[in-house]
Amino acid sequence: MSQPSIPKSMTIGESGLAVVFAVTAFLCVIASAKALDAPFAFHAALSAAASLAAVFFIVNRYFERPAALPPQEINGRPNYNMGPIKFSAFMAMFWGIAGFLVGLIIASQLAWPALNFDLPWISFGRLRPLHTSAVIFAFGGNVLVATSFYVVQKSCRARLAGDLAPWFVVLGYNFFILVAGTGYLLGVTQSKEYAEPEWYADLWLTIVWVVYLLVFLATIFKRKEPHIFVANWFYLAFIVTIAVLHLGNNPALPVSVFGSKSYVAWGGIQDAMFQWWYGHNAVGFFLTAGFLAIMYYFIPKRAERPIYSYRLSIIHFWALIFLYIWAGPHHLHYTALPDWTQTLGMTFSIMLWMPSWGGMINGLMTLSGAWDKLRTDPVLRMLVVSVAFYGMSTFEGPMMSIKVVNSLSHYTDWTIGHVHSGALGWVGFVSFGALYCLVPWAWNRKGLYSLKLVNWHFWIATLGIVLYISAMWVSGILQGLMWRAYTSLGFLEYSFIETVEAMHPFYIIRAAGGGLFLIGALIMAYNLWMTVRVGEQEAQMPVALQPAE
Amino acid sequence: MSFWTRHQIFEKNSIILVVGILLVIAIGGLVEITPLFYLKSTIEKVDGVRPYTPLELAGRNVYVREGCYLCHSQMVRPLRDEVERYGHFSLAAESMFDHPFQWGSKRTGPDLARVGAKYSDDWHVTHLTNPRAIVPQSVMPGYPFLSRAEIDPDAIAGDMRTLRTVGVPYSDEQIANAAADLKAQADPDNAGTDAFGKRYAKAVVRNFDGKTGTPTEMDALIAYLQMLGTLVDFKIYNEKANLR
Repeated sequence: MSQPSIPKSMTIGESGLAVVFAVTAFLCVIASAKALDAPFAFHAALSAAASLAAVFFIVNRYFERPAALPPQEINGRPNYNMGPIKFSAFMAMFWGIAGFLVGLIIASQLAWPALNFDLPWISFGRLRPLHTSAVIFAFGGNVLVATSFYVVQKSCRARLAGDLAPWFVVLGYNFFILVAGTGYLLGVTQSKEYAEPEWYADLWLTIVWVVYLLVFLATIFKRKEPHIFVANWFYLAFIVTIAVLHLGNNPALPVSVFGSKSYVAWGGIQDAMFQWWYGHNAVGFFLTAGFLAIMYYFIPKRAERPIYSYRLSIIHFWALIFLYIWAGPHHLHYTALPDWTQTLGMTFSIMLWMPSWGGMINGLMTLSGAWDKLRTDPVLRMLVVSVAFYGMSTFEGPMMSIKVVNSLSHYTDWTIGHVHSGALGWVGFVSFGALYCLVPWAWNRKGLYSLKLVNWHFWIATLGIVLYISAMWVSGILQGLMWRAYTSLGFLEYSFIETVEAMHPFYIIRAAGGGLFLIGALIMAYNLWMTVRVGEQEAQMPVALQPAE
Repeated sequence: MSFWTRHQIFEKNSIILVVGILLVIAIGGLVEITPLFYLKSTIEKVDGVRPYTPLELAGRNVYVREGCYLCHSQMVRPLRDEVERYGHFSLAAESMFDHPFQWGSKRTGPDLARVGAKYSDDWHVTHLTNPRAIVPQSVMPGYPFLSRAEIDPDAIAGDMRTLRTVGVPYSDEQIANAAADLKAQADPDNAGTDAFGKRYAKAVVRNFDGKTGTPTEMDALIAYLQMLGTLVDFKIYNEKANLR
């Protein structure tokens, strides 16, 4: 394979990273032997194995590659790097199904508590973080990494920066998920919602995230276009802000460097504020800014129309990222958090409605002149409906942040319903739409295996969402009203357990809705699998094939 | 030059764009979070709030590990029905030693901020082992394995030292006697109960799980649940002094 004219040698990156991972493997073996608790020993052993695998991967890749690294351009066209994107897209589908399945399990546990089986590893309290992390960070995160690596290359007309670095990002990120997820099952948690992973997983994620930012920025540096495309602003805001939030919320002191337990630096009220500053902006920057980037690239591409208004996207961008950061305290209405903070949080949450709808309008109006495509292209329909769900939940959110509304909705299933109209309708559908576009592009296929199956996916999943969110609206408002109901004699009308009992039918409907959503995702996985396996190759190959990796 | 032309500086320079993003997202967080560290009115002045005893702390760690906060809040809001259902609304001071906080965000089960001393230890043992044995409509998972898991009394001092580093005022004496105190709180016949009682005001000494021998996670969790919301005496609490 290797060309004799160029002497083959390892790059500094290859040799350096191999040495670093070899040392890491050695340190992890020691840590595993000295571990104070079983989960830590397991994670250290897992890290040792992963580090050894990384060394093998790097060395093996070196032996198999030609002497020269892949060229930046072939025949004057950028030589795009699709390998890490394919891996991330595959993992997104895998974790998506896993996350939806765990969601279905915990929804069923709430309807039929016997399903907890009195076992620690599968009780609701441990599976719930597994569900949220699997769908948000594993499914959503892999979609974001895959699409961002694709969009930044295409819109900059430059090959992804770095040789091993993009692989480090996608593999490292998924290893973080593995450590976090198995940790939850073993009872390793900081108990901060959506930031449950313990200190060592947090440290690892920090390293991976910095490399992610560097790869992304370095690719932008290499761009052949004078302007940085709108979608990349949103990806940048997502990557930068998530780094800030992660560092702000998670400083913790481990009890021992050989144990999994740590105590977070913040306490009580300050910890609560940091947590929901983080928690709400995980929604704002992970689940919104990142996926808006997807909207700004994939909808114009799929509809073959330009973005409706460039100026609106500028206003949308700055207003959204400025206002979102303030919204955290609406998770702490009527708590011991000072009133001034609550009022600020509510005010900015209401204002947030405007840029959110600005973005929605920009996405929907991009369809101007192409609305007819909704009838023929179920992928575009999925993308557009996702923006409609975005509009719906970004109206509902500001409404629920009003203190009087919140006094009813907070602590009830209404919150769960709101989250899922955003998560299933917006994040889920825009991710599905993006993956339906991305897989044929990345694997060089003419199109999807079956648009008919996409249609089935669309309708089954939509029905699932409708069942889910309407069940949660009813149960949430019902329970909120029952908690505050008084008899004519001035006594509380319902005991707490009566309000729990009233939830039962809605929990069954919710589980059914979640089940339909899962079935839709299984159809999708089959469709994508067949697209890659039997799909027809694109006639003209615009991109040189990657060397085997 | 119009605004739109000027904006191109962000569109053409990735570093300026990143700096712009950092500045814009910093403002909200700085304004909302930093004052909470220095405004004196943020945390009320209250008597009675103390750090957790070693056994309560071990129980709290079980509470965190099992994800109890996902279904139970610990934050009574100042609303008529909540104050009647659960008791006095929660004060910031009551959770000031909580690393991390456990206010929660969902009430699939009832609020637990003031569950202490509401039910007997026996009730808790039965309920935690099989919730439906006592509350047939309950959807809570059973935790029978807690009674079988013994606690290592010698490990807790390390946790207390770590907490002291992040700001919880444990004394040298409390840390030095951590293991003995942990055993003493779950054993009324223990010789060390008096000394323990002096180190932790209002701490209750009982055999929480009803079994002899090394304290179990069941002992610890119930010790934690039974102290929740009991530290502040609201009969003498001066509400006016703390109006914010």
